[in-house]
Amino acid sequence: MNAPAHHLPAVRTACPYCGVGCGVLAKPDGRGGAAIAGDPEHPANFGRLCSKGSALGETLGLDSRLLHPMLRQIDGRLARTSWERAIGLVADGFARTIREHGPDAVAFYLSGQLLTEDYYVANKLMNGFLGSANVDTNSRLCMASSVAGQRRAFGSDTVPGVYADLDRADLIVLVGSNAAWCHPVLYQRMVANQRARGAKLVVIDPRRTATAEDADLFLAVAPGMDTALFCGLLVHLADKLALDYEYIEAHTSGFSEALIRAREIAPDLAATAKAAGLAEADVGRFFELFRTTPNVVTAFSQGVNQSAQGTDKVSAIINCHLVTGRIGRPGMGPFSLTGQPNAMGGREVGGLANQLAAHMNFTPDEIDRVGRFWRASNMAPREGLKAVQMFEAIERGEIKALWVMATNPAVSLPRARAVREALGKLDLFVVSDNVLSNDTINAGAQILLPAAAWGEKDGTVTNSERRISRQRPFLTLPGEARPDWWIVAQVAHRLGFGDQFGYVSAADVFREHAALSAFENDGTRDFDIGALAQLTDAEFNALAPVQWPARTDAARGDTRFFAQGGFFTADRKARLIAPAPPAPQAALSAQYPFRLNSGRVRDQWHTMTRSGLSPRLANHVPEPFVEVHPLDAAAAGLADGGFARLRTPYGACVLKVVISEGQRRGSLFVPIHWSDETASSARIGELVTPANDPHSGQPEAKATPAAAEPVAYRYRGFLLAREHIAPPAGTWWSRVRLTSGTGLLMATDEPPSAWRECGHAMFGAAEIADYMDEPRGICRVAAFVDGRLSGCLFIGPADAGPQWDTVKALFEAEALGDMQRRAVLSGKSTDGLADPGPTVCACFGVGINVIRAAIASGQAANVDEIGTALRAGTNCGSCLPELKRIVSHGRIA
Amino acid sequence: MSEPLVIVGNGMAAMRLVENLTHRALGRYAIAVIGEEPRLPYNRVLLSSVLAQEVSRGEIELRPAQWWSDRGVTLLYGRTATAIDPAIRRVRLANGATLPFAKLVLATGSRPIRLNVPGMELPGVMTFRDLGDVAAIGAAAANGAKAVVIGGGLLGLEAAYGLAKAGSQVSVVHLMNRLMERQLDARASAMLKHVVETRGIAVHLNAETVGILGSTCARAVELKDGRQIDADLVVVAAGIRANVDLARTADLDIDRGIVVDDHLQSSKPNIYAIGECIEHRGQCYGLVEPAYEQARALAAHLAGDSASYTGSVLATNLKVSGVNVFSAGDFLGAADTEQLVLSDPGLGTYKKLVIKGGRLVGAVLFGDTADGLWYLDLIRAGDSIEAIREDLVFGRALAERSVIKVLAA
Repeated sequence: MNAPAHHLPAVRTACPYCGVGCGVLAKPDGRGGAAIAGDPEHPANFGRLCSKGSALGETLGLDSRLLHPMLRQIDGRLARTSWERAIGLVADGFARTIREHGPDAVAFYLSGQLLTEDYYVANKLMNGFLGSANVDTNSRLCMASSVAGQRRAFGSDTVPGVYADLDRADLIVLVGSNAAWCHPVLYQRMVANQRARGAKLVVIDPRRTATAEDADLFLAVAPGMDTALFCGLLVHLADKLALDYEYIEAHTSGFSEALIRAREIAPDLAATAKAAGLAEADVGRFFELFRTTPNVVTAFSQGVNQSAQGTDKVSAIINCHLVTGRIGRPGMGPFSLTGQPNAMGGREVGGLANQLAAHMNFTPDEIDRVGRFWRASNMAPREGLKAVQMFEAIERGEIKALWVMATNPAVSLPRARAVREALGKLDLFVVSDNVLSNDTINAGAQILLPAAAWGEKDGTVTNSERRISRQRPFLTLPGEARPDWWIVAQVAHRLGFGDQFGYVSAADVFREHAALSAFENDGTRDFDIGALAQLTDAEFNALAPVQWPARTDAARGDTRFFAQGGFFTADRKARLIAPAPPAPQAALSAQYPFRLNSGRVRDQWHTMTRSGLSPRLANHVPEPFVEVHPLDAAAAGLADGGFARLRTPYGACVLKVVISEGQRRGSLFVPIHWSDETASSARIGELVTPANDPHSGQPEAKATPAAAEPVAYRYRGFLLAREHIAPPAGTWWSRVRLTSGTGLLMATDEPPSAWRECGHAMFGAAEIADYMDEPRGICRVAAFVDGRLSGCLFIGPADAGPQWDTVKALFEAEALGDMQRRAVLSGKSTDGLADPGPTVCACFGVGINVIRAAIASGQAANVDEIGTALRAGTNCGSCLPELKRIVSHGRIA
Repeated sequence: MSEPLVIVGNGMAAMRLVENLTHRALGRYAIAVIGEEPRLPYNRVLLSSVLAQEVSRGEIELRPAQWWSDRGVTLLYGRTATAIDPAIRRVRLANGATLPFAKLVLATGSRPIRLNVPGMELPGVMTFRDLGDVAAIGAAAANGAKAVVIGGGLLGLEAAYGLAKAGSQVSVVHLMNRLMERQLDARASAMLKHVVETRGIAVHLNAETVGILGSTCARAVELKDGRQIDADLVVVAAGIRANVDLARTADLDIDRGIVVDDHLQSSKPNIYAIGECIEHRGQCYGLVEPAYEQARALAAHLAGDSASYTGSVLATNLKVSGVNVFSAGDFLGAADTEQLVLSDPGLGTYKKLVIKGGRLVGAVLFGDTADGLWYLDLIRAGDSIEAIREDLVFGRALAERSVIKVLAA
């Protein structure tokens, strides 16, 4: 009798992808994996998950994991070391650098993927004990402009609304947000509202994205001209007397300056339409909708943020909500949709170089307050360097020691090639991560520290609506992996700060973080979770998703902000901002005639170190591409399905061409996900200008002037392998995860004969079959081990490159039948084809299965009748003895 | 009244001629078949199987005696025809008797080539052509006997296979640098050599026999490079030559074989020839398939139908040493051809298709010959294969499904 299966209980946790912050139920299978489902009780998603979240279970393997501390050796290889030695080297390295070059020669570069507790401890060490504020985060690339815009308007980095507003709005304006792909669960709430309540959806984006498909009104705004559109709206609201003068008077300042500036930028409908590159009728309809719909939420994302004028775009949007008083009440308000799962948490602990902890700033009073709370020996006296400036300082040799946690700046930062080269100059380069290899690690990281991954981590994240959710572990820590907070605390201990870093659990850290948020707050700061500072370990473990503010003294009611004013400025009034006239930072030229827009695809996340592990997700878009308008493509000589080399002053990439009517003329769209780990030449960061917003420091990631030219490869193909195989130099390739192995899609000028040799060399000891049609440019190689396909290489002419679906299915099959094996190199399925079996009659090619079938059906009872029916045996007759045996066996059977 | 038709030779060609002719025009001719061998016609292709004791001698008989008598055929086997007198239309037999004919068909086949080297006359030196040879070889090939087969063509390999199965230690010595060079390309030959060797047969290539050593009987084969290979018996299978002895007595035109026209008629009226003894359009054939095609054409002609034989597309389609091999057309691939090559040594299969001007002109298949006949049809038809080129080498089922999909689309 079998023992009953041991069912481990499902663990409530939160998704590690976007800022929606969905609740996830993870049911471990006891073998290192888990079944994933949406948490029906989580208020962010009520049980729904998007494609990425649903596939989380496929990303839990340990294949690519960093499991032990590693040290770079003299010969460049990485070798295992002990935690003791690794921590010692990190601590000594930072101490020595500070001793010799001062505190501004060290930096941390963190990530919105870190949990709040990890973030808190890292920020505390740098700001309070190393004496520098050079601690910035990849959130700088994500929503720093929203932070700056909100701080400028509200005096605090406050998202005023909540997700429920999206259910109750009568008008939802999405600006620079492909929410259908990037915040899918939230987007489905908006669409549900549209369907159930008739809410209108306006989408403002230079590109006709998937999100635009559901829009009641789509405004293909000219790149960077959002400010003109919202200035025009402000003017329209003023001219139509649709302002809330009471609110303006009571709770804002700067109205006149803001309106005057808006009139300068967009004096009327016609001027607005012209500046924004839109039809007047469409702009008029949008203005009308906004003016006449009090319950309006304007949600914005990277299209607004990732701009050299991102902060002003945010201000132009917020201005329209402030002057109508449409803020902080149900169904209305400006709403920043954050990109990362814990960008908000990072902001709460001061993960950005221009913020201290707990939404405090680098004012003398606040530095003093935080210093007293931390019992800090060495508070940073001023703001640190923001991401782009931080890496420029590394390039100049001013920053000499860097610790990167949970992010991949060698891919994601602007001028990524220069960044990678700069990383090689560091005296001390530490990376905490959970992968063995990525572009940043391969840029010369000297010390690798194995961090806990999602599923192992224990702590909290905060989503776009200020809701703190627990990420709970449901897997044991593999190898020597440790939580990031533990790693940082160990270094702090070694540096002599053991008293202030004596945490024994994530709960310890959280309680301190919560206490700091309430410390001398008294309602002066928006971020206050003092009510959570006394949680016991058990209460922390059981913590249900909770929205801040959660003040100690206040009753827990509506968590929205600013319906009645109460801004966190000195006079408690919001500031209406006069934005700078919109203009792209760099002009187009004959040399660089296109605007390079960048973004995401539906099923991938960031640099694919996690989402790239899922075979299912890899199917959606397996290759890095550039989307081009048909007319631009024709002018540039680009063909759909062909390749283009994109060039900017900063670098070059070679991408597959996708021609799309939805693409704006003059713009190119490229997804950001590919790195040197996953493609030969698709690190979009290499192309991106380092120009950035003067207020937020956020790079202009969507507007770099670029050139595009066709690249012709003579051949295309694919490679399937169980092991990680590097294609020959000069090959264009994109790597895709398969269920048991990896696949490379390739393009090449190498002739088939060379690929045949290459295939034989790559697949080594296996049984190797090949098919060559050299005049047609075809080379196909298959390798077999124990009857299973162990590798496959298909090369064909570029205009008729091989498709891999059938072969991929065979590659993932356990074992191949004889007929399947014979047909593998055809690339076609044998499904539905009869298998004649081994040939008996060579003259007429009659197989044993055919003969047996004729006997079984009664069509033939003896050798002569077989001859009549099938011709077998009627020519040379050499198979007649065998036919006789088959007949007699058939009779016995 | 039936005209007398005399067929000299009772091999596979003769049988097929009778079969076709009686099917078309039963009773039109009074047929007599004269055969040297003292038995009913049998399937020569299976001789190696008999030697290997895979089938019995009885099992290779082509047709039972009843079959011949049902068709009114006079079978004169164990008789030798010694001369033809075309003037009086008579065939003389060794016993002095003569047979009158209205039409005469020579199907006298071929004889093994005997090497012009010392020692060929020694006891233990044999040929491999008929059941008599098989019996003699079988008797000499006692368990563990050392056998040397001279010739690495089809016949030699068949003999070697039979000998090895019968328990002999077999060596094949072959003059050329690869086995079956007339039927296979280099790669297929190499695969065949590998298969032959795994059956325990030693293969010596580039090996020219200069003599058979031995005083009272053969004991070794001497090669030009000085090597001596021990032998208890030597089977000479170095090729065949058309058997034209009888034809000479009728003063027929003879080159490498009896010269025939497209009606298979010799240089004299009413005398025809088919099979391995003929030369047609300068070509001699040594396989059963062309002989069958000739038999079919001649049967039609003799039946009064307009039919002609224009030559055979050379196809080899057989099992050698237990492996199916097929070749047809320009399988080596001339300079102006293109080649499609599929190889899976793990499965023991190899396919090469030769394309010229978008048409299939040649094929060699090793291990998997199921589609051989289809390729042969395509070669003969000469139609463009461009539409199915990509799937061609993967066989008819796959290729035709793709075409249907294209047509349906």
